[in-house]
Amino acid sequence: MTRAGRPRARGAALALTAALVVGACGSGGAASGDRSRSALSGSVTVFAAASLTEAFNQEKATLAARAPALSLTYSFAGSQTLAQQIIQGARADVFASADDKTMQRLVDAKLVEAPRAFARNQLEIAVAPGNPKHVGGLSDLVRPDLVVVLEDPSVPAGSYSQQALARAGARVRPRSLELDVKSALAKVTSGEADAAIVYASDVQAAGSKASGVTIPTAQNVVATYPIAVVRTGANHAGAAAFVQEVLSGSGQAALEAHGFLPAS
Amino acid sequence: MSETHKAGRSAGVRERAPTAPVVVAGAAAALFALPLAGLLWKAPWSKAWPALTSEEAGQALRLSLVTSVSATALALALGVPLAWVQARVEYRGRSLVRALTTLPMVLPPVVGGTALLLALGRRGLVGPQLDRVGVHLPFSTAGAVLAEAFVAMPFLVLTVEAGLRTSDRGLEEAARTLGAGRWAVFRSVTLPLVRPSLLAGGVLCWARALGEFGATITFAGNLQGKTQTLPLFVYVKLESSDPGSAIVLSLVLLAVSLAVLASLRDRWLRAL
Repeated sequence: MTRAGRPRARGAALALTAALVVGACGSGGAASGDRSRSALSGSVTVFAAASLTEAFNQEKATLAARAPALSLTYSFAGSQTLAQQIIQGARADVFASADDKTMQRLVDAKLVEAPRAFARNQLEIAVAPGNPKHVGGLSDLVRPDLVVVLEDPSVPAGSYSQQALARAGARVRPRSLELDVKSALAKVTSGEADAAIVYASDVQAAGSKASGVTIPTAQNVVATYPIAVVRTGANHAGAAAFVQEVLSGSGQAALEAHGFLPAS
Repeated sequence: MSETHKAGRSAGVRERAPTAPVVVAGAAAALFALPLAGLLWKAPWSKAWPALTSEEAGQALRLSLVTSVSATALALALGVPLAWVQARVEYRGRSLVRALTTLPMVLPPVVGGTALLLALGRRGLVGPQLDRVGVHLPFSTAGAVLAEAFVAMPFLVLTVEAGLRTSDRGLEEAARTLGAGRWAVFRSVTLPLVRPSLLAGGVLCWARALGEFGATITFAGNLQGKTQTLPLFVYVKLESSDPGSAIVLSLVLLAVSLAVLASLRDRWLRAL
């Protein structure tokens, strides 16, 4: 299946890209649009880092309009959780990780095709709306009056946070090491914690429920997000089409609208 | 005569050994045994000792023992009176209270943890009042104990309530007519009568508390030595690049629970 399927998959992906380009130009493009519609069907399961939740949900709407026969299912969790699930044989077609290290584990295990960077993200300090505790930066997080929550170092965001705190020379005593970045953010939006180090995109996703305190570039860590087609997936054509969509103009726009930086 | 009758009966049972239920029962047992076999198969036995004696694992193990025993103590202190009221007092809304106390058994533990947060958290229903008197439950060991008790107490309450319902009330009444006070009757008649179910309920409650994950991580967070109990530690380790140590620790958790439940089986069945 894979040998025969791959050229067809590329063809389908190309057709879809063509459809997207034509569509973006505003003309009808009915013929090529129909071709991609007939080629892309079935279900695609995307395992994606928790921080991608909002951006990828928008991609889903875009893709649904362009390939209605394709049914897209997401599983959002900490990248390390998802990688472990794929290693254990979970049925995923696409994997989008919040760091290269986690993706590399799957590359080494020959479970994914060549990954491509599709977005970057920076760290930010999430605080209560309006920053009532006047958190000014990373060095403030050592203050004893602050309840600070981080992520476990096994989570990409947790390891990035450790790097950033080391650069700022701040020895923070967190109250909890959450297992994904959205859980850490939830502790701030629920008012249980005063501050958490999360991605800039997460602060944006929280809307009015949290404010962000920017971390200067000298201390900040830039996370690169790689995406790859999973070799063991059942729908190679659909997976390739999803990756194309994420890398396309509309995909990149959706990511930028949700606080991500372009890949390069 | 009676002996031949007995022999005939047991021989008859052996003759009629029905195939279909036995096959299904075998499949059912395999459903429980296979995952266990999977763990045993994947466990890195050569690394077992360092995994078990690492400082982190030791901390998680100690914390788990402290919190699960405390949660059981809390469940006994609160749950036994509740079971007594449910078994002995007729009142409107009793079935509602029973449904409420059974709820944590069917509620996803993460929802339980969130509910605890919404009630007792800093911005919770009564959280600000607790805050004022200096009680901070989220992110604390006490919070982990409370989360475990919330999830595990129903096992105790239901078991003890069932024991009280089936115990001989005549003995209590006799003691009362002989002039014993209510408390004396409860202490020296009722409690000894339900001792098996008290023991069974307590141990079940403890085993459930020991394995608690979802409510604990949601309500108490995950911090080494403070709220990172053994199940949380195992989960974090399972996702790391070295899942071997997590498997060894899971086996410890399993062995403890299995030993407890096996020793309990007869008592539990009798109590129910």
